[in-house]
Amino acid sequence: MIELDGVVKRYSTRHGSNTVLDGVSFRVNPGEKMGILGRNGAGKSTLIRLISGVERPSSGSITRGMSVSWPLAFGGAFQGSLTGLDNLRFICRIYGVGIQDKIPYVQEFSELGRYLREPVKTYSSGMRARLAFALSMVIEFDCFLIDEIIAVGDKRFHDKCRYELFEKRHDRAMILVSHQAHNIREHCSKACVLHNGAFHEFPDVESAYLFYNENC
Amino acid sequence: MTAGPTPLHRSLAIQARVILALLMREVLTRFGRHNIGFLWLFVEPMLFTLAITAFWTVARGSVLSGLPIVAFAVTGYSSVLLWRNMPSRCCNAIEPNLSLMYHRHVKVIDIFSARILLEAIGATTSFVTLMLAFGAIGWMRAPEDILKVILGWTMLAWFGAALALFIGALSARSDLVEKIWGPISYLLFPLSGAVFMVEWLPPKAQELILLLPMVHGVELLREGYFGSMVHARYDLSYMTFSCLSLTLIGFALERIASREVIPE
Repeated sequence: MIELDGVVKRYSTRHGSNTVLDGVSFRVNPGEKMGILGRNGAGKSTLIRLISGVERPSSGSITRGMSVSWPLAFGGAFQGSLTGLDNLRFICRIYGVGIQDKIPYVQEFSELGRYLREPVKTYSSGMRARLAFALSMVIEFDCFLIDEIIAVGDKRFHDKCRYELFEKRHDRAMILVSHQAHNIREHCSKACVLHNGAFHEFPDVESAYLFYNENC
Repeated sequence: MTAGPTPLHRSLAIQARVILALLMREVLTRFGRHNIGFLWLFVEPMLFTLAITAFWTVARGSVLSGLPIVAFAVTGYSSVLLWRNMPSRCCNAIEPNLSLMYHRHVKVIDIFSARILLEAIGATTSFVTLMLAFGAIGWMRAPEDILKVILGWTMLAWFGAALALFIGALSARSDLVEKIWGPISYLLFPLSGAVFMVEWLPPKAQELILLLPMVHGVELLREGYFGSMVHARYDLSYMTFSCLSLTLIGFALERIASREVIPE
């Protein structure tokens, strides 16, 4: 389970401190799927980054009682001058898993062919997205953090991602950020809304959308 | 389910893994796979040392105040590379690695550690290779007291690592640090004990120069190398105290930097 208790995140800006999250508390149980709604800049990505441990809260605590992924998003977390294969090696080393049995999977899923051995900076955005997703699936987690994941790529790619993430890994917990309502409606059992730094939790997705449409 | 903090031995295992991964990555991004690849790690400092050695030999003859110039240049310039390259590589090291910090285990301290380790490996390999090569062709004799050489080298590496931590963490706070560190590192080179023995200086200058911690390390290294041919001036407790203080300040600044860093 993941538990947030009174999490506050402030960023210092030129105009003084900006409170993005102001006292967020909730808990995600194993296998639970939660959607996060909010307008641009409401702090959705910040919340995801805090849960993943990439950033630390200004105050409050976050307890991770299960393994939590890095924030899965397309495009990021690459070294442009390295090849796709080097990036795979790096991730395998960091998380302490063997690489040999992962190469065929990444090769197949990313459909990069010989480009897997070329620098990532030569990739098109679609190729990057495919590699990013394939790398994300290489390490198994109890909880996946997904930040607007299916935003690029063609339908075939979306279907593959959907299958890998939501069907093969249906037993995992997920925290999902998406502006596309159908993604959240389809995959989440509950949802919450971030609005002016406050966190509103709803037992089901529809009531969250009701609140979102009225207030945000 | 295991709530609560990760046990120490697991944390250490994770840290070792991350530093190794960063190290391998660093080698690839810096040296690539072309021509001699990672060998540049020590060929580059070796070339620097060779150039300086050749220059000194031409400019000053084969003996300097009774000391063989090749050994004097190799011990001196290798020391400079050891303590100077670590801070230079850690300066502004965080930014190009921000995208890697998307992975929770990758921390600022790991990025610094990987770079410090890589520089230490490069400088040490270069120094040892030159000693062996010049030894083989008879231009350099074997060190008189190898343990003293190792101790001096280790102290210099410690000083370099502590300074790297300090400069690296400070550079995260302000762009000025990189601009100031450049000239300072050049100024420190002639003052660091690489190009003279402290005893050659007037007494007043000796006192001042011995305020610089790395001078003590170079003197110790040279005493180990040349033995009774030199009168080294050093105070190990002073150097230890300086390195320890710098390490603590460095860690404190690193802690602040790692709290404030915002991955891409």
